[in-house]
Amino acid sequence: MITVLDYGAGNIASVKNVLDELKVDYLISNREMDLCKGDKIIFPGVGEASFAIRKLHLMNLFNLLRIIKKPFLGICLGMQLLAEKSNEGDVTCLGVFPGTIKKFDDSSLQVPHMGWNNIIHNSDNKLFHNIKSGELFYFANSYYMPENEFQIATSEYGITFASAMMRNNFYGVQFHPEKSGAPGIQLIKNFIELC
Amino acid sequence: MVTKRIIPCLDIKDKVVVKGVNFKSLEYAGDAIELSMKYYEEYADELVFLDITATEENRKTLIELVKEIAKVIRIPFTVGGGISSLENIHELIFAGADKVSLNTVAVKNKSLITEAAKKFGSQAIVAAVDINLVNDKYEVFIKAGKEATGIDGIEWCKELQDLGAGELLITSMNKDGTKSGFDLEFLSKVEKNVSIPIIASGGAGKKEDFRDLFFDTGITAGLAASLFHFNILPIPELKKYLSENGIKVRL
Repeated sequence: MITVLDYGAGNIASVKNVLDELKVDYLISNREMDLCKGDKIIFPGVGEASFAIRKLHLMNLFNLLRIIKKPFLGICLGMQLLAEKSNEGDVTCLGVFPGTIKKFDDSSLQVPHMGWNNIIHNSDNKLFHNIKSGELFYFANSYYMPENEFQIATSEYGITFASAMMRNNFYGVQFHPEKSGAPGIQLIKNFIELC
Repeated sequence: MVTKRIIPCLDIKDKVVVKGVNFKSLEYAGDAIELSMKYYEEYADELVFLDITATEENRKTLIELVKEIAKVIRIPFTVGGGISSLENIHELIFAGADKVSLNTVAVKNKSLITEAAKKFGSQAIVAAVDINLVNDKYEVFIKAGKEATGIDGIEWCKELQDLGAGELLITSMNKDGTKSGFDLEFLSKVEKNVSIPIIASGGAGKKEDFRDLFFDTGITAGLAASLFHFNILPIPELKKYLSENGIKVRL
């Protein structure tokens, strides 16, 4: 069973619809107990970083998420919250991945970074099974994770940034697989079946 | 690099897609779910739904429709029309909309943009602006284009960005339904004055109009309605043409 972590800030209907399409058992919850019970966790973060971290503290999930050993997929803000720190609201995050989340330079770029962008991966990571390097995914983000040693895919927007990362059981994607047509569904399927 | 976005707009009246000409007479254009699925399969990059009846009684019907749409397509979509409160936005986003579009309410209650952006993220807040050319000046109109505001178009777009909007959907009323091309003069002026992405709307009548939009301005998204609904210009044909002209699109 998959636990979809929902702290009540946004659109998890899309993730839910993909899981329905894939006929997967899942539970939407923000309770510690349900996160411990599920086999895997999907965290579709939406909204603002410092607000989200505050919610995780209030729900007593902050420490649990740092040490949990189950396969974990953070989507968009759900990935950024795995970094050490975010400049969005200047907040200390979960610290799974070293590095600080930064804002795109809006003096030279249109921000938010909105639309379909390529992801380049040369890894044989299971998350990208049957997904070709260069495939387009849908992004909607003003902040990004700089390149780092745990990146498994990169994208370009003014600079090169980490568009997917992995460390032990933790996976994170900056784009929205639930909004990226067939390749996105494939990625979620890969996480559920292979990771 | 981000691809240029092609966005069909579906004007909704009682679960049915309609198309008006110059914001006036309405014509049946298809079933909302069927058209959504067709556009999804044709690689439309996003969809925009505007509830043009937008009454309180119809709001429940709209929410049900949004839920249905979210079940059948796997691309982002924006919903607008008659939104007046954070509560309305909350309902639409939880039903599955990725973004909401605010128009009249943005003028009447500016703080709603700021509050909504804070709560749902600015990427979820599209500010829709209807612009008409009056005495050689670009003026903002509200209430589905029926009411002039006296507000300057460029200044208003800048203010919407400062209030927290993550994207602008600019409709040139003077061009809408004319099929004579986008209002490149106004659009490029706005584009130079804001840093948020812009969706251009109003006036597209042929594939060259989209090419000109992407060649002549820094705008990254073009929207049209009847052109797509009535198959005058199918999306695959448009995208193939743009790609052959060196414009990066999702095929």
